[in-house]
Amino acid sequence: MHPAFSVVFFTTATGAGYGLLALLGVLGGLGFIPADFWLGLVGVALALGLIVAGLLSSTGHLGRTERAWRAFSQWRSSWLSREGVASVATFIPAGLFGIGWVFFGKGGGWVAVAGLLAAAGAVVTVCTTGMIYASLKPIAQWHSRYTLPAYFIFAGMTGDVLLNALLQGFAMGSAAVLTGAILATFAGWTWKIATWRYNDQLAIPTTGNTATGLAGGTVRSIEWPHTEENYLLKEMGFRIARKHSAKLRRITQVLAFIAPIVLLILVFMAPWPLTAVASVLAAISQFAGMLVERWLFFAEAKHTVTLYYGRE
Amino acid sequence: MTCLPARTEKKLGLVIDLDTCVGCQACVTACKEWNTGGHMAPLTDIDPYGGHVDGVWFNRVHAYEHTTELGGRTVNFPRSCLHCETPACVTVCPTGASYKRASDGIVLVDEDKCIGCKLCSWACPYGAREFDTDVGVMKKCTLCVDRIYNDNLAADDRVPACVAACPTSARHFGDLGDPASAISQLVAARGGVELMPELGYKPTNKYLPPRAQSGRAARVDAPALEPIRAEGGFLGWIDRMLSN
Repeated sequence: MHPAFSVVFFTTATGAGYGLLALLGVLGGLGFIPADFWLGLVGVALALGLIVAGLLSSTGHLGRTERAWRAFSQWRSSWLSREGVASVATFIPAGLFGIGWVFFGKGGGWVAVAGLLAAAGAVVTVCTTGMIYASLKPIAQWHSRYTLPAYFIFAGMTGDVLLNALLQGFAMGSAAVLTGAILATFAGWTWKIATWRYNDQLAIPTTGNTATGLAGGTVRSIEWPHTEENYLLKEMGFRIARKHSAKLRRITQVLAFIAPIVLLILVFMAPWPLTAVASVLAAISQFAGMLVERWLFFAEAKHTVTLYYGRE
Repeated sequence: MTCLPARTEKKLGLVIDLDTCVGCQACVTACKEWNTGGHMAPLTDIDPYGGHVDGVWFNRVHAYEHTTELGGRTVNFPRSCLHCETPACVTVCPTGASYKRASDGIVLVDEDKCIGCKLCSWACPYGAREFDTDVGVMKKCTLCVDRIYNDNLAADDRVPACVAACPTSARHFGDLGDPASAISQLVAARGGVELMPELGYKPTNKYLPPRAQSGRAARVDAPALEPIRAEGGFLGWIDRMLSN
């Protein structure tokens, strides 16, 4: 599948934004993180900023952006529509939580309710994003039990690493959040490796035989219907060389998982402000790594239509 | 809504005979010619006379070499929308632009509602949908909905343009939901198959596999060539000298 940057950035940014929003909503709303004007302002602005930037980026993928409002109508059948509805609905409790926690400087009560609702909205939105991909049967690498948990784990992971950077930056570091960030990054790393292993051994039942209805033997493409690349090949026929894919997988692991884990472990030992610098570097490195991971998620996915063009 | 109708009154569709298709591309050009002025018009061409030709087509003919233990054969393979019974291209649509008609089962796109998110083309395993970069919306085969009910045409012409154009009668049109229809009987008699049945889209269109080879055809392959003897004598000596 063609890795359109608008969609790669969209899923990475909103994943991190919703992860951070959910953690702020729960931990801030329930008073585990004390209400602090500047911490709250930067935190909520960062979470909502990532979400808004991601959503705006996703509209860049559309052919007719001015009609984007129509995408809220088909929530009964379409995961993309559900994502749109959930993402917009989440802004309401998120906004209320932000006002209460940042400007009124309080947790508990209605602020806690708004925070928990914002967290629930964030979880639902990330799940709808994951289901857009997990529900697509023609793409075996996406239509697997690994896809939905991946979106969930990566949102929590990037959100927690961001939250840790935020707390360390304001010299309000929490050992629990830091430990959670390290454990979540380990979980993300493990899940990604398991996913790659599963995809590399994937036995896809759809072949040139079932695609053409010609039973038995081999079906070899000898002539395309057209001499130049068409929409199908540009959008669905994207291919990546195996050696490039192996290199990008290593880059993903270093940037998204290994470097953040090392930096976050250093935070335990270093004095402030080094803890802040290491935590922010970990978040930046992980975000860059997740962009590469998401690019690969598209680039390594094979659509069944390529079978018609003789690409097994 | 993009929810699918529980059932459709008819299941209009095509049956394509892979035994008689000669790959002449007449259906391809007839489709383009009709539909560039039809329901989903225009079928935009980008840079049609340049080096990077691109454009929207509803029907494309591939050619394959099918090799089994019985031998090999060339199979021409027209590929277009199969008007599936459970088309995921419809249910994934976030705007309601894609829909399946309850009356005849035809899958259509309302161009005025399409936002061009391309998700339907990802959800179609058959590559039936093509994005029009010029208009910014998705386009697809309409089963010539503007021909088959068109009272301005003679009754014989109320079939999809691709069916009307086919010189070998490899394309058939009719109601596949009616077991008594001529097209359903043809599918039953010839063992018509669905494409990618394992994905569960339940395509309405069926493909008739090539008939078994009878072995009665005359042999047309030439006898094997004999190796060339090295030329001797004076001319051979000249040839060797000039070849050095």
